[in-house]
Amino acid sequence: MTTLALTATDSATLLRRNLRRLIRYPSMTVQLVVLPVLMLFLFVFVFGNQLGHGLGVPLAGSHTSRAGYLNYVVPGILLLTIAAAVQGTAIVVAMDMTGGIIDRFRTMGIARAAFLTSHVLASLTQVLTSIVVVLGVSFALGFRSTANPLGWLAAIGVLLLFAFGLIWLATALGLAAKSVETASNTPIFIVLLVFLGSGFVPASTMPEGIRQFASWQPFTPVTETIRGLLTGTHLGANAIAAISWSVCIAIVSYLWAAHLYKTRQPR
Amino acid sequence: MTDARQPAIIAMGLCKSFGEVKVLVDVDLSVPEGTVFALLGPNGAGKTTVVRILSTLISADAGTASVAGHDVVRDSDGVRTTIGVTGQFSALDELLTGEENLRLMADLNHLGPAAGRSRVSELLDRFELAEAARRPVATYSGGMKRRLDLAMTLVGTPTVIFLDEPTTGLDPRSRRMMWTIIRDLVAGGVTIFLTTQYLEEANQLAQRVAVLDQGKLVAEGSPDELKRRIPGAHVQLQFAQPQDLESAARLLGTGSQDSARLTLHIPTSGEVSSLRRLLDQIDDARIVASQVSIHTPDLDDVFFAVTGHSASKDGAST
Repeated sequence: MTTLALTATDSATLLRRNLRRLIRYPSMTVQLVVLPVLMLFLFVFVFGNQLGHGLGVPLAGSHTSRAGYLNYVVPGILLLTIAAAVQGTAIVVAMDMTGGIIDRFRTMGIARAAFLTSHVLASLTQVLTSIVVVLGVSFALGFRSTANPLGWLAAIGVLLLFAFGLIWLATALGLAAKSVETASNTPIFIVLLVFLGSGFVPASTMPEGIRQFASWQPFTPVTETIRGLLTGTHLGANAIAAISWSVCIAIVSYLWAAHLYKTRQPR
Repeated sequence: MTDARQPAIIAMGLCKSFGEVKVLVDVDLSVPEGTVFALLGPNGAGKTTVVRILSTLISADAGTASVAGHDVVRDSDGVRTTIGVTGQFSALDELLTGEENLRLMADLNHLGPAAGRSRVSELLDRFELAEAARRPVATYSGGMKRRLDLAMTLVGTPTVIFLDEPTTGLDPRSRRMMWTIIRDLVAGGVTIFLTTQYLEEANQLAQRVAVLDQGKLVAEGSPDELKRRIPGAHVQLQFAQPQDLESAARLLGTGSQDSARLTLHIPTSGEVSSLRRLLDQIDDARIVASQVSIHTPDLDDVFFAVTGHSASKDGAST
């Protein structure tokens, strides 16, 4: 077998293992999906009326401020879903690194890249599943999109590309963590970035300092791109910024993760 | 005793430090193919570090090592395809079942579906895990986990196997079972590198034993050679009356007497004829000894003699 075929085979084997682990230990996955769904309910039903009113833009055929806010907030909730899911990535990577099984993998003649690749692919699968669940709930609550199938495909593509970058980042954080506890805490800043972007309220309404930060950090252009693709708001340069950010985060995080995997001694 | 077979493991001048702490100092090892080699030492002696270097997990600061002809640094992939490692900490996936763990190993060894299935069921039977095969590993006992761990190591039929303290914490029955498995493996031509804190285990299994203490090899040889190197075999005679002890000591003219306990220690080669002669001599002189016991040096004595402290001394684990 060639190196590439070997890497693909071993990655597929380990991917099956990782997915099976997610199914066997569903409480974490469920928890990571429940968080964005709860946030959706909280923001739409508790704060939605006032927030929608404050936004002052009755969006895409909505009759009430609350329904308008639902349409506004769904892209933010989708990014929150990704941010929550990658926390799981850091945890499962750290679980493997601090347990004995990584020593077994390292002393076997398996393809070098297979371990990290399989974790990233498992997390992507998990993110996709979470996104589908959250979108389902959003539709049930009355979310309406103006997008055609191509728009949907583009939106899912942008979400997955951004998730891909954040998964590599979380993988690196999981590799760098000395314990599973640390690994479950360090990615929390990613969740925070969702709120410090344009996910829940426009960045332009934020106080001086935070406003500049919010408009420059990666979550804002990604949020605006999804919002544009799904609800027809103005896209502008956001799509290019979103894709550039995603690719940059993926490359830098991948290099960091690969370096950590090579040099870090388990335990 | 010389062995003409090619060494399966050779290490020369291995040194390793973690920060300021010197964990290994100039360690040389040679393990002939198809034998069991036991690396003996207390906690913190550096045993695990040796295993980790030889199994390509970490690299030495100085020195060279090769396993099955492959250099552990320059040809680590070559080493990995021939070795199997069962570490001190269980290397299992607790969320999967025993069978799934073994299937994972079969797939990673590219055995193919049919060969993989038959290898897995063969190992489940051999390690008495067939009944628990469909249960998550988290529900297994310590002994079962250790057996599954070793079974996973064997899926790829390695020719050199590293076992880092394979029986630490096991009950006597599980320990015996592990010993039987190890003997079977060696009978099949596999080379085994074993670390242990149990002198009895090294004695039971190994053709050659090396004693590691504070990162240095302090003794090496067959268990018998090591035992012969130290004095200590003696017969202990127990008397009921002080005058019997006195007369026996006078008669034999050798040995050390303990007047408080009424015992006499006489050095012996351990042979039956010499023991019979000794007892006959006492009998002929009409001296009454109430009890006789024979003490032969075990590896504990060896350990004490070569390191100056006993094997059970606790240190920091490495």
